[in-house]
Amino acid sequence: MRYYDRLIFELSRKGRIGFSLPACDADPVKAETAKGVTGIWRESPLDLPEVSEPDVVRHYTNLSQMNFGVDTGFYPLGSCTMKYNPKLNEEVLQSFLGLHPLQPESTAGGAEELLSFMKKALCEICGMKGFTLQPCAGAHGELTGLMLIREYHRSRGDEARCKVIIPDSAHGTNPASAAACGFEVVEVKSRPDGLVDIDALRPLLGPDIAGMMMTNPNTLGLFEKDILEIASLVHGCGGLMYYDGANLNPLLGIARPGDMGFDVMHVNLHKTFSTPHGGGGPGSGPVGVSEKLLPYLDKLKVSGFHGNFGVIARACAYILSLGREHLAEAGTFATLSANYIKESLKDCYRLPIDSVCKHEFVFDGLAGGGGDVTTLDVAKRLLDYGFHAPTIYFPLLFHQAIMIEPTETESKETLDAFIEVMRSIAHEASREPEVLRTAPHNTPVSRPDETAAARQPVLKYEFR
Amino acid sequence: MFAYFPHTDEDIRAMLDRIGAESEDELFSDVPSGFRLRNGYDLPSSMSEDEVRAFFNGLASRNTRLTVFAGAGAYDHYTPSVIPYITSRSEFLTAYTPYQAEISQGTLRYIFEWQTMICSLTGMDVANASMYDGPTAAAEAMRMCVACTRKRNTVIASSTLLPGVLEVLRTYARNCGVNLVETDAIGEAVAEGTLDLAGVIVPSINRYGIIESHLGLADAVHEAGALLVEYCDPSALAVVKTPAEWGADIAVGDAQTLGMPLCYGGPCAGFMACSSKWMRKLPGRLVGQTVDASGRRCFVLTLQAREQHIRREKASSNICSNESLMALWSTVYLSLMGPEGLRRVNALCYVGSHYLHDALLATGRFTDPFEGRAFLKEFVLQPLMDAGKLQQTLLDAGFFGALLTEEGYVSFCVTERRTRAEMDALVRVVKEAGL
Repeated sequence: MRYYDRLIFELSRKGRIGFSLPACDADPVKAETAKGVTGIWRESPLDLPEVSEPDVVRHYTNLSQMNFGVDTGFYPLGSCTMKYNPKLNEEVLQSFLGLHPLQPESTAGGAEELLSFMKKALCEICGMKGFTLQPCAGAHGELTGLMLIREYHRSRGDEARCKVIIPDSAHGTNPASAAACGFEVVEVKSRPDGLVDIDALRPLLGPDIAGMMMTNPNTLGLFEKDILEIASLVHGCGGLMYYDGANLNPLLGIARPGDMGFDVMHVNLHKTFSTPHGGGGPGSGPVGVSEKLLPYLDKLKVSGFHGNFGVIARACAYILSLGREHLAEAGTFATLSANYIKESLKDCYRLPIDSVCKHEFVFDGLAGGGGDVTTLDVAKRLLDYGFHAPTIYFPLLFHQAIMIEPTETESKETLDAFIEVMRSIAHEASREPEVLRTAPHNTPVSRPDETAAARQPVLKYEFR
Repeated sequence: MFAYFPHTDEDIRAMLDRIGAESEDELFSDVPSGFRLRNGYDLPSSMSEDEVRAFFNGLASRNTRLTVFAGAGAYDHYTPSVIPYITSRSEFLTAYTPYQAEISQGTLRYIFEWQTMICSLTGMDVANASMYDGPTAAAEAMRMCVACTRKRNTVIASSTLLPGVLEVLRTYARNCGVNLVETDAIGEAVAEGTLDLAGVIVPSINRYGIIESHLGLADAVHEAGALLVEYCDPSALAVVKTPAEWGADIAVGDAQTLGMPLCYGGPCAGFMACSSKWMRKLPGRLVGQTVDASGRRCFVLTLQAREQHIRREKASSNICSNESLMALWSTVYLSLMGPEGLRRVNALCYVGSHYLHDALLATGRFTDPFEGRAFLKEFVLQPLMDAGKLQQTLLDAGFFGALLTEEGYVSFCVTERRTRAEMDALVRVVKEAGL
């Protein structure tokens, strides 16, 4: 990676162009003004770069070289499931690019068949009765699922249900989605063993509970083994169970949310089903429901057309490539890799809950506390060694959380190299803490001044 | 073994030994046997690469290739060859969200460029890193109006917004506790006055393709203590009055018109921009400029205290993943087009759509319900025959156009990709159709 300090605007020279379009001298504004249509036209200048095609290609290629991706190296990124993105999946979309989303179904039979195959496959993998593919991301799926919970209670005249229960270990999107959907968030504590405290849950239940959101395995990578009892308690008070699919990967081949008592769930196709993360999207967050929510599924319109069709098609190629045989292996390999890292590092890093984990696990900083060296320092030092940082300071249960998820597509050699680097960082922490505190040293830029960025935000380029 | 899984039997044994487990199954001893998956999945068997290709070719053969003369929220604009070449670079494609700024300067820089370009097009002060699509951006703007005006809860939406936008607004309003009022008499509705008014959402170009005038609207909305939101086509903003020029507080829309293929409706990207006054209420990610420890210019995700991973239930929105790669798509598009390219796209659309509009009227089989109103690429006509049969006749001839609207009009759209010959052929079909 090499530092490159240009913005496309700084390459601009008046008169250069980078497009290839038929000539056209017409001027809509002049033509309409001549007809007397005035007052609706742009008057301010339009500041866009004027650059040639080679300028554009070189600029963005240079930018790309300051980026880390799954194809560059290992992402031990907890709850993000950064698995390998198969290249075959990038080519299957070509013949669908010209399809208009409002074309009658009779002229889009192939696209419709793909969507219906995906709904069926997701139902089978998740143990659900129906799916909508409209949501464009995981959090969008959460919001959609909560809307379905709302529709369900409303249709029964049960409008007093204004609260959603969420464990303290939950992903931040859970409470944010519940609040966006107008619910009051009630937090339920975890026990010292990291699982939901059923005794703390019981008194929260009542006629004002709309439902409970959970992910299983939870964000500590622990399987909530009392899930049937939890579901039965929540159902008993008239609430519904929501499954956050961010942690679905380890369940592949092992168990299905629908069989654990969940009524509604989302799946992150960009996690479990390998579609590329794209630097923060496009994702896809299909929502599945049990029988009792089926009638409400098609009442909701949560995005413009059919959802992120291009992402759904890639996930479809993934499911076909793996097939029933290899899909069933993914969860096991992911779990094996996570436990392998955990056992290999627990003498150097503090493992607050020492039990078998699923796809991910959480350390609470360095063993022995680390002195002045924080989790942030460890994460930044990893960048020097060519690894992405783990998820840090989440879940909020531990002050120095380091959350590691290796996925099933990393080889033992990669895991061993990561383990070795994590061990040597732990040694550095005691011998040369300054090296960690000022890390990274081998990246295109060093630690940015985030305080300055937030104090006086510069959020766009200023044209002279 | 399988191509994506590197675990050999030897690896598995060595890893289990380190863990101290007899078998892989032992790692799942905490999953109650009552719901363990016993018989695997009822799914097709693993396919080879060529079998997967054949499967998709089979699907593609069941789609009909049509020449697109329709819009209604998805437009068939030209995609420069450079764009997919750049966006498929795996350093962009396979990257995670740029939380680790030191190894994400590529992503952070293009988002900063995108934010700048969205501000240039809309005239607004601040733009975020992207939304899922136009309709959801409108829905987030509706929620933002409520958040910015505190205890107020009513949002007026123009019934001339695209049907797809209104449908999403209705779903969000019904389930997020917003009182949504739809009307085509915006001025009167605002003047009537309600103490509860949080915001007003109007289109820049409406569902009939007509460029709307919002003269005096911003003043009236602000006088009522509410926010004005404009839903716009970013491509058309090169020629039509900008949300900032109309005095809007928030601009939203769909960046699909910035060179993205139709792709059966997605992925595309929504955008959202606002005046600096409301910056801290903006949902989604923001990239800001700063310096690194050695004083070099660099970029970071900033003002994260608005976001879900910090604020949880107090966040301005639940949005996390957005449409980053599609923001790159349109950033590259706008770099290639520049002001002159975008002007030319609009000119070509204008010339083409007016040619088709006039030729269709000349067949004597339509009337124009909005005569004299300015349009750029999309227009509606009142058909003097059965609209359903008209659309089918066109489909049979390989054209997707004459989209039936709720009002009984048929809509057409002409982008720069449509040729004179294609338009003449479509008009001939209309003329000769025995409808």
